[in-house]
Amino acid sequence: MNIPKKLLYTSEHEWIRVDGEKGHCGITDYAQHHLGDIVFVELPEVGEEVAVAESIGVIESVKAVATLFSPAGGKIIEVNEELEEAPELLNEDPYGNWIAIIELTDHSDLEKLMSAEAYAAFCENLE
Amino acid sequence: MSLKQTPLYPMHLKYNGKIIDFGGWELPVQYEGMGIIKEHQMVREKAGLFDVSHMGEVFITGEKAEDFVQKLLSNDVRNMKDFQVIYGLMCYPSGGVVDDLLVYRYNSSKYLLVINAANVEKDFEWIQKNLIEGVSASNVSNEYAQLALQGPQAPAILQKITDVDLDSIKFFWFNPAVKISGVECIVSRTGYTGEDGFEIYVQPEDAIFIWEEILQAGGDMVSPVGLGARDSLRFEAKLPLYGQEIDQEITPLEAGLGFFVKLDTDDFIGRSALLKQKAEGLKRKVVEFSMIGKGIPRSHYEVQKDGVSIGQVTTGLHAPTFKKPIGLALINIDYTEPGTQIDIIIRDKAVQAVVDSGIFYQKKTKSK
Repeated sequence: MNIPKKLLYTSEHEWIRVDGEKGHCGITDYAQHHLGDIVFVELPEVGEEVAVAESIGVIESVKAVATLFSPAGGKIIEVNEELEEAPELLNEDPYGNWIAIIELTDHSDLEKLMSAEAYAAFCENLE
Repeated sequence: MSLKQTPLYPMHLKYNGKIIDFGGWELPVQYEGMGIIKEHQMVREKAGLFDVSHMGEVFITGEKAEDFVQKLLSNDVRNMKDFQVIYGLMCYPSGGVVDDLLVYRYNSSKYLLVINAANVEKDFEWIQKNLIEGVSASNVSNEYAQLALQGPQAPAILQKITDVDLDSIKFFWFNPAVKISGVECIVSRTGYTGEDGFEIYVQPEDAIFIWEEILQAGGDMVSPVGLGARDSLRFEAKLPLYGQEIDQEITPLEAGLGFFVKLDTDDFIGRSALLKQKAEGLKRKVVEFSMIGKGIPRSHYEVQKDGVSIGQVTTGLHAPTFKKPIGLALINIDYTEPGTQIDIIIRDKAVQAVVDSGIFYQKKTKSK
């Protein structure tokens, strides 16, 4: 299971990479692996204001439908439209293919997220 | 309730199956390193091996066996030859479906019924309740393991490990005594994928041996396939699934299975209700549809026309062969003409779709 060190993680298996006011977010290797072949991604709308843990999209595999929750509150400033045409990229490289970029309004949301070490332990407990 | 395991469970662990609870059975949805789409493609292009031991088997024996099976079945049992297989439905007097099944005729006093795993108890109760004199029914579900070898390479693979000329088993026929690597099996040329292939019934204690023999004989040409691809393969070939296209509330005529309902032959349970339904005309039926808007239709999603509910999706999914979502829906007869625009309600949003026809996979099974 690949869990990069520099990212923060949610208990719903999203990751966020914070760079100043911006956060790139996506789904983890654990998430893509458990969903199986991803065949559809519903992206949030650019400009949408979102709260932490709010539903911002949907990931569908052949068998399952999963909701994408925002790891932090803020405004969606960019979405990865490439995923609409090639959702399988999330299986191939879940950390290289971000889903949305959020302009963060409140950095305190990030304090509740897990470090790589904590997330690794969290996933181990789920198995 | 504890989950049941098939005799092939150790193989699912050995080949890294991702185990799920499937109606009380611990079975693999897919295998590690493959996944539903690759397993699906393997069956379409080469061959796949499935554990379908959860399916139920019931023997019907006695001098009146033919009469009894005909009483149960919508299809024409009378015209069956020895060692022929037919598909049919058991109906309630209402015309709703108890189960869909395969019937194997040994002779006019011995038949094998192969029924859905989730329905074994219900079906067997139904069979016993309707039993006639001179017939006995025995539930032998636990005495057989079942494997399915499906795909264009299936005949070549199986031929390597049997002396029986497999060309002698035509589509929807069986041989009750085929030795596979020395072990006697029942082999029918049937399946649930739309491809050529076989279903193999064997004693539980020999199931692992046969599984491994087939994988070894097939080499790169075969891989284990889980329930995920079993569903996507059957769906692409437009083969119905009990609980979705058919159930106790949906008749075979509504499901588009009229071909397997012989109303002009003998009486069977449900016949008069189905005759009446046919005479009055269907009020709803199962149609094919394609998506216009973006989204994947799924079972039980509502179907609307101009904001009014007209039915629901029976099965929908991303079809791996076509790389796009397609679906089947049971809808009001007024909207079933191909070309009719409909809406599928996906997460509270109406997504455009269109009633279609001929969009499903052309089956590669051989009828001659």
